[in-house]
Amino acid sequence: MAQVELRNLVKNYGVVNAVKHANIVFQDGAFTTLLGPSGCGKTTILRMIAGLETPSAGDICINGQRINDVPIHKRNLGLVFQNYALFPHKTIGENIAFGLKYRGVSKSDAVAKVKNALDIVRLPGIENRYPAQLSGGQQQRIALARAIVIEPDVLLLDEPLSALDANLREEMRIELKAIQHRIGVTSVFVTHDQSEALAMSDKIIVMSAGNVEQIGTPDEVYNRPTSEFVARFLGASNVVGSRVEKRDEISVHVTTQDLGSLLLPAANCTGLGAQATQAKIIVRSEKVILNPDPAKGVPAVIKAVDYQGQLARYFITVGSTDLQAMALIAQAPLQVGTQVGVCIDPADCIALSQ
Amino acid sequence: MRVWYLLKFYTILVYGFMFAPILVVLLLAFNDAQFGGFPIQGVSLRWFYKLAENDAILRALKTSLVLGLCSMVIATTLGILAALALVRYSFKGKDIVTTFLISPILVPETVLAVGLLIFMRWLHMPRSFGLLVLGHSIIALPFVVLVVQARLTGIRTDYEEAARSLGAGPVQTFFSITFPLMLPAVFAGALFAFTLSFDNITATIFWRPSGMETVPTQIFGMLRNSVSPEINALGFVMICFTLGVPILAAGLARYFSKHKI
Repeated sequence: MAQVELRNLVKNYGVVNAVKHANIVFQDGAFTTLLGPSGCGKTTILRMIAGLETPSAGDICINGQRINDVPIHKRNLGLVFQNYALFPHKTIGENIAFGLKYRGVSKSDAVAKVKNALDIVRLPGIENRYPAQLSGGQQQRIALARAIVIEPDVLLLDEPLSALDANLREEMRIELKAIQHRIGVTSVFVTHDQSEALAMSDKIIVMSAGNVEQIGTPDEVYNRPTSEFVARFLGASNVVGSRVEKRDEISVHVTTQDLGSLLLPAANCTGLGAQATQAKIIVRSEKVILNPDPAKGVPAVIKAVDYQGQLARYFITVGSTDLQAMALIAQAPLQVGTQVGVCIDPADCIALSQ
Repeated sequence: MRVWYLLKFYTILVYGFMFAPILVVLLLAFNDAQFGGFPIQGVSLRWFYKLAENDAILRALKTSLVLGLCSMVIATTLGILAALALVRYSFKGKDIVTTFLISPILVPETVLAVGLLIFMRWLHMPRSFGLLVLGHSIIALPFVVLVVQARLTGIRTDYEEAARSLGAGPVQTFFSITFPLMLPAVFAGALFAFTLSFDNITATIFWRPSGMETVPTQIFGMLRNSVSPEINALGFVMICFTLGVPILAAGLARYFSKHKI
């Protein structure tokens, strides 16, 4: 078990700054996710921890020991790849036992450990098959078994679910999380899928263009984004401009062009600079309530509907402001052109500096 | 429809033009007559027996085999290493090195042969068997590099990265993962190298020390005096050998791949 710490970690490719001064602590035994769009530097960080890339500056420490100069094969890390990377010319048993060879594990112990690892990933008795004979989901479980059988200090997962189809992916993420929880290994998970990150993580690190945007629990990054990028990346959010009218210890009073004035609790305005006169108001689409009666709320018109069965996403216009609203629905969705009343609870709004 | 018949006819003509000479050699090898020609007068194996008693030819065959094997080992080893460097590492002047490695294919063989000869003269080295091995390795190297490089490009690096992360050092990773995965290409490259050396005549004439003959130069020498039917028999053996080895290899490769994966 181990704690991983990145201190001022920088990676440049020529003139491109892939990672800019990352300071991150991956807690012992926790499942930490690096979340961001492609090219944000999350995979580069993972590869630097693994030893597959050399940092341009800064330190990587495991349990306080600087490991920058330790070669990959001496780091004792478990690595799971997007494309599984099972050795095609070796059987499942040989694949899983591969890492045990270099750890002085005896033949008979190795057989027992391989069996145990296959039990953990719930694929017992397939030691003699070849990777090509397994499905994608099975191959990914074997890749996981191969990584955990060596009892690594840290488990590094590089988009391990993205090559699987949608149903299998949801099944695997529950199972992956359960296995991680059971063996308690410190895990670093890289993904661009916000729902995967929210479902699996103890802590999420949201990244954009080489910068760490926010570090927090899934609940924190979802409900208390500290930047517009985080709010937008983690699900559909509305961002509305506003003017700060009055401010005191308990509340902030802002006015918007089309949604009237809002009285936000001060706790929702920690991201708003003390001297700010303008504020970005962020409100999640599921917090925008549509009332069939236009008189109850701010009058608006439905411009488009994205019907998803149990959910419907409405694109509405209030004056000159476009908003998205998401609603759980039991019957048919509201039709395009319907007049509705928009209600937004100021407690659901976050104010950020412009 | 007519066009298709024409096309078929034309294709048959092309193949006939390509393979008829080989077929003639194969058939005439069994001709009993002293001065071969069609129609064949009686079938016999007498030229094969005569061939087996001809010491000069057996010596040449032995020389060719040893030469082929030596060049194969050297060209394959160097080719694998070069392909690894070109595909897996980035370094300054990579394009120049690539061009340089491939250049023996581009340069006319005579020029290459004379060039190496002048170089050896400059070093005050006599023509020798060693020079032949060296020269043939140079000729075969580009083929090995190209074949292995193509295969290696198709092997994703994450296999090697996975092996490294599991505790295998760079050398262990090469022998347990990379080499087995590129083995088919290594096999093909080695075969190329052997066949190129075994069939080579142009450069060999320049490089061989006096008195040393390979099978092609021996045939060439024999042709200068007369067209002996023995040459047809020797031709038969050579054709069987150069065709048989790759076919056998392909068969073996198929057998192994079927029983492993």
